[in-house]
Amino acid sequence: MQNTPIIEVTSISKSFGSFEAVKDVSFHVNRGDVFGFLGPNGAGKSTTIRCLLSLIKPNSGEIKLFGETFSSNRSMILSKIGSIIEKPDFYKYLSAEKNLEIFARISGAQVNRKQIHEMLDFVGLRGREKHRIKGFSHGMKQRLGIAQTLLHQPDLIILDEPTTGLDPQGIIEIRNLIPRLKTEQNKTILLSSHQLSEIELIANRMVIINKGKTLVEGDVSELLNQQEVLILLEVDNVEKAMSLIHSKFPLSSPELNASGQIELTLQKNQTALLNKELIKAEILVSALEPKRKLEDFFIKIIGA
Amino acid sequence: MMFLNNTYNEFIKIAAKPRSYIGLIALSVLIGVIIFAMKADGSTYISFVTASFEQTLSFSGDIMNGNLIAFIILQMLIVHIPLLVALVTGDLISGEANMGTIRMLASKPISRTQIILSKFLAGALYTLLLTIWLGFLSLYVARWIFGTGDLMVLTSDGLIIHPESDVEWRYIYGFLTAYLSLLTVSTLSICLSAFAENSIGPIVTTMAIIILFTIIGSMDVTVFDSIKPYLFTTHMAAWRSYFEDPVPWDAINESIRILIYHNVILVAIALFQFNRKDITS
Repeated sequence: MQNTPIIEVTSISKSFGSFEAVKDVSFHVNRGDVFGFLGPNGAGKSTTIRCLLSLIKPNSGEIKLFGETFSSNRSMILSKIGSIIEKPDFYKYLSAEKNLEIFARISGAQVNRKQIHEMLDFVGLRGREKHRIKGFSHGMKQRLGIAQTLLHQPDLIILDEPTTGLDPQGIIEIRNLIPRLKTEQNKTILLSSHQLSEIELIANRMVIINKGKTLVEGDVSELLNQQEVLILLEVDNVEKAMSLIHSKFPLSSPELNASGQIELTLQKNQTALLNKELIKAEILVSALEPKRKLEDFFIKIIGA
Repeated sequence: MMFLNNTYNEFIKIAAKPRSYIGLIALSVLIGVIIFAMKADGSTYISFVTASFEQTLSFSGDIMNGNLIAFIILQMLIVHIPLLVALVTGDLISGEANMGTIRMLASKPISRTQIILSKFLAGALYTLLLTIWLGFLSLYVARWIFGTGDLMVLTSDGLIIHPESDVEWRYIYGFLTAYLSLLTVSTLSICLSAFAENSIGPIVTTMAIIILFTIIGSMDVTVFDSIKPYLFTTHMAAWRSYFEDPVPWDAINESIRILIYHNVILVAIALFQFNRKDITS
């Protein structure tokens, strides 16, 4: 069941007037995936996500969720999805509890007050249930948004930039929560972000889009492992190490930096081999620090 | 079931919004002011109206009673109540777009048609509440303060005096027809709300349309004669016809038909617009 596609997006395009927000975007999300939807600001992520929630109708292409299209079974599809789009907005003049009651009532599931309180407890808002939203911080609204998303026990959770505007503590809380949703509640999660590091931390598969087009899709680890890494090396005998690197790894362009470290560029799977060669040559290694060039990778992919 | 749940949600939202009470409070204050003025100096006001008849008619007994006060209140306020209605109903869709909650709502397993119809139903019930409040204050409170009696009404054909026993049904029918007029205002502002992203636009536009149509309706210019019968504002005073003698049933039925057509067409426009709308807010 893990490889059953829950989301199948095939060649969707969407224009607003003469502006093409999404051009021929395709990807699929399997059951159980934490799927990263990556792209810089303005790449078309939010438009695509809105298409996935039937908020926007694409001009062309097909979207299937749970094997159905919106024209065939919109109600069933949306009853299985929980979502936060951009930022969670609530009725400011109502309490947290009343807001959750309102959304639960039209979620297609039977949700009682006890479950609402349990969910508020889960997101750390117990004790605030009677407070009006207008007094909530952005982080509290985001947590309430998560509660609203999970309340009706959806199979698929769509989170559009869920850490935007949060303080570091809030970001950590959300990043810790997402893996829990997968492991403890077996949810499938689509997470949009413009930060590769965030996707790398949380997701197992991802797609990168830019200027409304799909650039690459695949397993996060495979995509990132294909890339070169920058190695910072500290050894007892720099000259001997430089000579060895030149002979064994001629394409690695080793250079000595101001701190006395050797900097070189290798394919990720060559790192262990370098260490082995250094030990074999009896060079003492005090530090071997691979620094994957995430931002370089991202910039290279999006062609910026 | 989903439709009823969402309609219930709409009531909760209306009940929780402070602006929903502005209409009720404003009505109470306005009616209170009119009743106070009539209590303090009502005879002057009445004699001003009856002065032209005193040559030919003599009035015995107290003509200033609760029934007359209710009629005066209705005549004065029926022009202003549309603003109080639009203040709440004009916000029902655009307010959600403005807050961003519309995307939360539209991504739930409820159809957009049901979302819109729930809002129309909630708007209709709020308008009904406002009309009942208007009726209660103007008729029953006025009767409690001034007592009851025969109703003297000045119409275009002259002065008509309805016996006390013949008044109640006229008010009931009058309020029902007035409700239909206010419902048309509510439907118009909700319809405009489906096109807007903020609350002010639909409220101001509703009032602008009412003012424009009222001016067109009152202008004695041939070029507007063909459209006047189809303007809903022409029929907003249809409630007064129940106080004529004989009651012009054909004209009232025609007004009711025109107002119902307006409601149906405005709901259809709102449904069409909201169902095809991309929610980008």
